[in-house]
Amino acid sequence: MAASIADIEPPKRSVGVVGWMRKNLFSSWYNTLLTFFALWLIYTAGSRILVWAFTAARWGVITQNLRLFMVGPFPPEQTWRVWLCLVLVSLLFGLSAGVWGGTVRTLGTGLAALFAILLVLPFGLTTRAWLGANLIAIVGGFALGRGRSAWGRWVLLAWPVGFVAAVVVLQGFRGSAWLPEVGTHQWGGLLLTFMLALVSIVASFPLGVLLALGRRSRLPVVSLLSTVYIEVVRGVPLVTILFMAQIMVPLFLPAQMRIANVTRVVIGMTLFSAAYVAENVRGGLQAIPSGQIEAAQALGLNNALVTFLIVLPQALRLVIPPNVGLFISLFKDTTLAAIVAQMELLSIGRSVLAQPEWLGRQTEVYLFIAAIFFIFSYVMSYASYRLEAALGVGKR
Amino acid sequence: MLSVFSQVAFILIVVAGAAFFLSNFSAAMRQRGMVIGFDYLQHTAGFEIGESLIPYSPADTYGRAYLVGLLNTLVVSGVGIVLATLLGVIIGVARLSTNWLVARLAAVYIEIIRNTPLLVQLVFIYFGVFFQLPPVAQTLQFPGPIYANQRGVFIPRPLATATFAPWLIAVVVGLLLGIVIWKRSGRLPAARFRIGRLAALAAAILIPALVWAWSGTPPLTVQVPVRERFNFRGGIALSPEFSAILSGLVIYTAGFIAEVVRGGILAVRRGQIEAAQALGLSSAQILRLVIFPQAMRVIVPPLISQYLNLAKNSSLAVYIGFPDLFAVNQTILNQTGQPVPAIALVMATYLTMSLVTSFIMNIYNRYVQILEK
Repeated sequence: MAASIADIEPPKRSVGVVGWMRKNLFSSWYNTLLTFFALWLIYTAGSRILVWAFTAARWGVITQNLRLFMVGPFPPEQTWRVWLCLVLVSLLFGLSAGVWGGTVRTLGTGLAALFAILLVLPFGLTTRAWLGANLIAIVGGFALGRGRSAWGRWVLLAWPVGFVAAVVVLQGFRGSAWLPEVGTHQWGGLLLTFMLALVSIVASFPLGVLLALGRRSRLPVVSLLSTVYIEVVRGVPLVTILFMAQIMVPLFLPAQMRIANVTRVVIGMTLFSAAYVAENVRGGLQAIPSGQIEAAQALGLNNALVTFLIVLPQALRLVIPPNVGLFISLFKDTTLAAIVAQMELLSIGRSVLAQPEWLGRQTEVYLFIAAIFFIFSYVMSYASYRLEAALGVGKR
Repeated sequence: MLSVFSQVAFILIVVAGAAFFLSNFSAAMRQRGMVIGFDYLQHTAGFEIGESLIPYSPADTYGRAYLVGLLNTLVVSGVGIVLATLLGVIIGVARLSTNWLVARLAAVYIEIIRNTPLLVQLVFIYFGVFFQLPPVAQTLQFPGPIYANQRGVFIPRPLATATFAPWLIAVVVGLLLGIVIWKRSGRLPAARFRIGRLAALAAAILIPALVWAWSGTPPLTVQVPVRERFNFRGGIALSPEFSAILSGLVIYTAGFIAEVVRGGILAVRRGQIEAAQALGLSSAQILRLVIFPQAMRVIVPPLISQYLNLAKNSSLAVYIGFPDLFAVNQTILNQTGQPVPAIALVMATYLTMSLVTSFIMNIYNRYVQILEK
């Protein structure tokens, strides 16, 4: 009996590894050339980097200054406060992962895995205890929140409350024995980087929404002023705004008011990102079909109610993904605070390089800083991509 | 009626706020002996600037120093925009390549560049690459010839000879003639079509070539940098700071432009390409006549904002010591002790640059958009 069709093997050249390579790497003469060029590029760059990383590089500049990179000049004996805040974040993350599942759960698993890996590395006993506490917090939070989707609202509320609590714990109180004040001038490193980005984006959000509404307002004066503000801010570099905030903010306030340098940077970044938030929100507002507004007006709602009950809730949902993108770029832009002498991650890098024993170790330090930014930005953009899919933005 | 009231109320609030801030402001200015005025631009600057396109000495005014900074910014932005577009298009197309390895490499490039801060990339390039170049004695040589050492990068400089002007006219005439014949030949019957196209190419190439041959001397000579005892002379010398800020801006912006290009190409529907194939167009024709015009419509608006970002980001040069507009203005501000007019001036300058760029690019955008029927 002749072999049935199913028995005849497919031609070897189009399946398996060979077939895949023929199709994706060597489909034509120029693709073959390109493949060899790419392989040569990977080989020369990769081998040099590996050789450098394992022979010439002195990674001690990172490991011995790790505390500086993370918290900057934060008093060493008060570092437990930063750890406590981190545990709080882990707990909230675990809770959120349990309550919402999905992407948050994936991220939470990644975070837990990160703590587990760090736990294996040869850190001191205290550091390991804190890492363990973080791991327990995230797993415990997950176990607690799992399947309790009714808690969603409370967990959502717990984040801003937790943030305020964290700031209070970090800042402390003047004259307190338990929590002595640690002024913002003593915050630094990754801690300061995160604080700058978080506070600015949160503070700029309401301002941005107001500006977007103002720009679309039918009142010419309001719309003109909002438009001018947005366009001027978007037309100048962030550095100039940071400098303006540094020098001009004290001039604009009553003479007896003293403003910390960090606050001035936050004011500058807030004023800057508000214009960009406003443009994102405006995009969201424009995407709301006019039928929605007409229906609301037909129901007898006045303009304010139409805006706040019908248009804004729908628009804000649409603008979550672009605002996550904005947050990522703001997070990267916190490095500009280095230009106005803030001790954020990049400045810490410079001051570490000024230590005589680590002169000329620029490559290691800046690679490490770049890697930190890369990991956080990449994870956040992944999360925003998933969020976009989950919200169904652009699908309808 | 209500709208008039609310506008008046809004104006009152704005005016009250402005009055509060301004009264504080003028009090603070008086107290510190600051003034608002641009007289300082006439005063002698008295500081050196590392590199300048126009003659400048410390005896010149602050105004001239500011102009030096502005020109430096314009050069970095202009050259950066051209190079970033080239690199960005290459990487964006590579990202869509059918070659798996090339597409992955491009994707890795884009992800790394987009997810790390520009300032970190700049200090990395400056301290990690240009700062660690060998001393003059062990200068690196690249084809070109391009030389690189601690003092900077040295590239050949094209020099115009006496016959450059007539040759340039010939180039323009040849190009115009070629374009006219090319457009006309599109309507010719198939048999004479090829002849028309060849004639167009011949016009564009032969006319300048004939002028060159007739004049006997080449219109351009290349001045190659020559090594002397302590450094190179001749050619164009690019300082390490300039090279670092330029390559940093190009590498960074190219990552974003690549994504813009990729989005634009993907926005052309598959059916368009299939229809073009069914009509018997070659793949080069499909690229030129079907994909490119439609992709440009999508690409140009985000491309404009990338160009604006590049120009604004050039202000980060201050961190690695390149005397751009912002850096020079910082020096002026520190010397005069008059920060308010200096900051206002620099912000106004950047704003003007942004507005002019977006104005020009919007004209181009309108031209591209008309292609849509």
